[in-house]
Amino acid sequence: MYKYDQYDHQMLADRVGQFRDQTRRYLDGQLSDAEFLPLRLQNGLYIQRLAPMLRVAVPYGLLASQQLRKLAYIARHYDKGYGHFTTRQNIQFNWPELEDVPEILEHLAEVEMHAIQTSGNCIRNTTTDQFAGVAADEIEDSRHYCEIIRQWSTFHPEFAFLPRKFKIAVCGTQIDQAATQVHDIGIYLTLNDAGETGFRILAGGGLGRTPVIGQQVFSFVPQVDLLTALEAILRVYNREGRRDNKYKARIKILVKELGIDAFKAKVMQEYERILGGPQTLTNEEISRCRSFFTDPDYEDLHDAPAELGAALQTNALFASWHSNNVHPHKKTGYAIVAVSMKETGVAPGDITDRQLEYLADLAEQYSFGEVRVTHHQNVVLADVAQKDLHALWHQLKQQDLAAQNQGLLTDVICCPGGDFCALANAKSIPIAESIQRQFPDQQELEDIGQMDVKISGCMNACGHHHVGNIGILGVDKKGEEFYQVSLGGSSKHDASLAKIMGPAFAQEEIPQVVAKLVSVYRDLRQEQETFIETYRRVGMEPFKEKVYAKAD
Amino acid sequence: MPKLIKNGALVDDQWTVLNEATGPEVLRIVGGKNFIVPLKFWQMFRPEIEEFGADISIWLNSDENVDAIAEEIHSFPMIALNFPVFSDGRSYTNARELREKFNYLGEIRAIGDVLRDQLYYMSRCGFDAFSLRFDQDADACLEAFKDFKTNYQGTVAEPAPLFRRR
Repeated sequence: MYKYDQYDHQMLADRVGQFRDQTRRYLDGQLSDAEFLPLRLQNGLYIQRLAPMLRVAVPYGLLASQQLRKLAYIARHYDKGYGHFTTRQNIQFNWPELEDVPEILEHLAEVEMHAIQTSGNCIRNTTTDQFAGVAADEIEDSRHYCEIIRQWSTFHPEFAFLPRKFKIAVCGTQIDQAATQVHDIGIYLTLNDAGETGFRILAGGGLGRTPVIGQQVFSFVPQVDLLTALEAILRVYNREGRRDNKYKARIKILVKELGIDAFKAKVMQEYERILGGPQTLTNEEISRCRSFFTDPDYEDLHDAPAELGAALQTNALFASWHSNNVHPHKKTGYAIVAVSMKETGVAPGDITDRQLEYLADLAEQYSFGEVRVTHHQNVVLADVAQKDLHALWHQLKQQDLAAQNQGLLTDVICCPGGDFCALANAKSIPIAESIQRQFPDQQELEDIGQMDVKISGCMNACGHHHVGNIGILGVDKKGEEFYQVSLGGSSKHDASLAKIMGPAFAQEEIPQVVAKLVSVYRDLRQEQETFIETYRRVGMEPFKEKVYAKAD
Repeated sequence: MPKLIKNGALVDDQWTVLNEATGPEVLRIVGGKNFIVPLKFWQMFRPEIEEFGADISIWLNSDENVDAIAEEIHSFPMIALNFPVFSDGRSYTNARELREKFNYLGEIRAIGDVLRDQLYYMSRCGFDAFSLRFDQDADACLEAFKDFKTNYQGTVAEPAPLFRRR
């Protein structure tokens, strides 16, 4: 994990001081609401429906145990005892007081954390696949490149007032759990013919009102030119992105309006001009950053140890959790464990102060003191010895953290929605819960298999409904909440956008709608087909027909 | 008179900004010696302006690109870049390009909605003069340049990013 040196610490301390002064001037009436707005947003602070909301950055999802304990402390002292993991690997607190925020930032700085640029029209937290560095199948660890981008984008003076927010994802794994193609910039690690690592870079992806899959701008950027490429794209966007209409201000609209070729030509012109400039990375810097993400002290272990085999034989519940939540690791004898935050009845992504501390302890005991937050709003213990899995599972169960549904239908992605968010048109958390309650049977869930259900409470699409196998969008019709259902989205390497099925439904109809969609899939699937594969083969019609059929 | 910070100190402003100018006679009517005129005005009436004999600079709005004055850049003693609203970030790019693409060495002045909390980033992009919005506390603004002691990125004054220095 990256460790701050005196420079990183100094910048963070200066930032806390700066925001303390800004907050004081705002409370004194020296700064207007409009002037304070971007300053607080760039420190992660929203004014929400009920209270301010503070979004804390978790750079590329990585957290150490002492940071988890600090988050628990903040949840307990400044919030109502819980936090909420977001779809961008961050954590947010829904109940802090505005006056307390500088103090919270000071606490965070003690453990090398902050809320910098977690909101506002600037470059946001860079995200990556939660299996980076441990995936069984990976081109190269992406984390040190994420850290390089984090530093470059933090307080970048030219790009602090962009037309709109800007999100970058980096992916080095084969499956892509980072939703890379629906980011403003998506970066895939890739190898050239000489076997050197470089970057394939897409731009113009995004969700929100106008979902778009990113298009390729660079087929191969050498490692040292990463920041040159990013700087070129951002400069073209800063200058030419629309500022007359906030709904048309994302880079995806610029790319669309110019056309990818014209956009590319502008970027290339800028790239060529600044190529070789001082922003060119040095091999020393790449090695320095890589040195923070080396393997922990793995033991020499065997795959499938006897104690694991015995437990799988005798404990069906554990076996079920193992088959859903445990993933292959690059190191023999180890496994990646997904801890599901999707216990039925708990808002997806919510975690209590006690659970945060408990995870901190488990991470120290079983996974070298680190966890990762996933874009699916779950938590991953990335380096667990297979022989310890059974003991770990027992301990997870004690704190309601052993839901065995990772990747299954009830592992719903869901934004905070109308219960918290000022932007929302409709509630989303109760929808997630009603779907989870519709499918209480684990065997049935496992039979349904891999299934992404994603729920957003408004068209800003924080719940990524456009890329859900089943996507659900809350809409407001004359003061009543309705839900539009889409099918066929995916955020992986085979990224696709979901299509709206038809007229929207009332809240209480949604569980039945999902049940009908599932029954069509189970009737039509062939062999090992997943829901999305069946949908792609048979199309929308059979699903639509069943869902909208008139009752006899 | 608007408060002007130049090279880190509060100074008297020698220049008059013409916000809108319909024809070259405006220079005579307003009177004075040093004018900062809109880019379009300068492009339309260049011969007449030069004939008038005053020191002339131009200001660019945020939607105007410094490439438009590529040929004449170095003939201006100063160039002003406007912030129609402080949250419009385009003039940051224009300032950097003036310094880094055109190696412009004259004064780059921020005009318009110029507020304390943006001064630090402006200075890092190559602005060295700041015409503050009327209500800004000039002494507080002078402190803004000390908001941070170090930065990750290179800037106009210190082109090497931190990774080349740490």
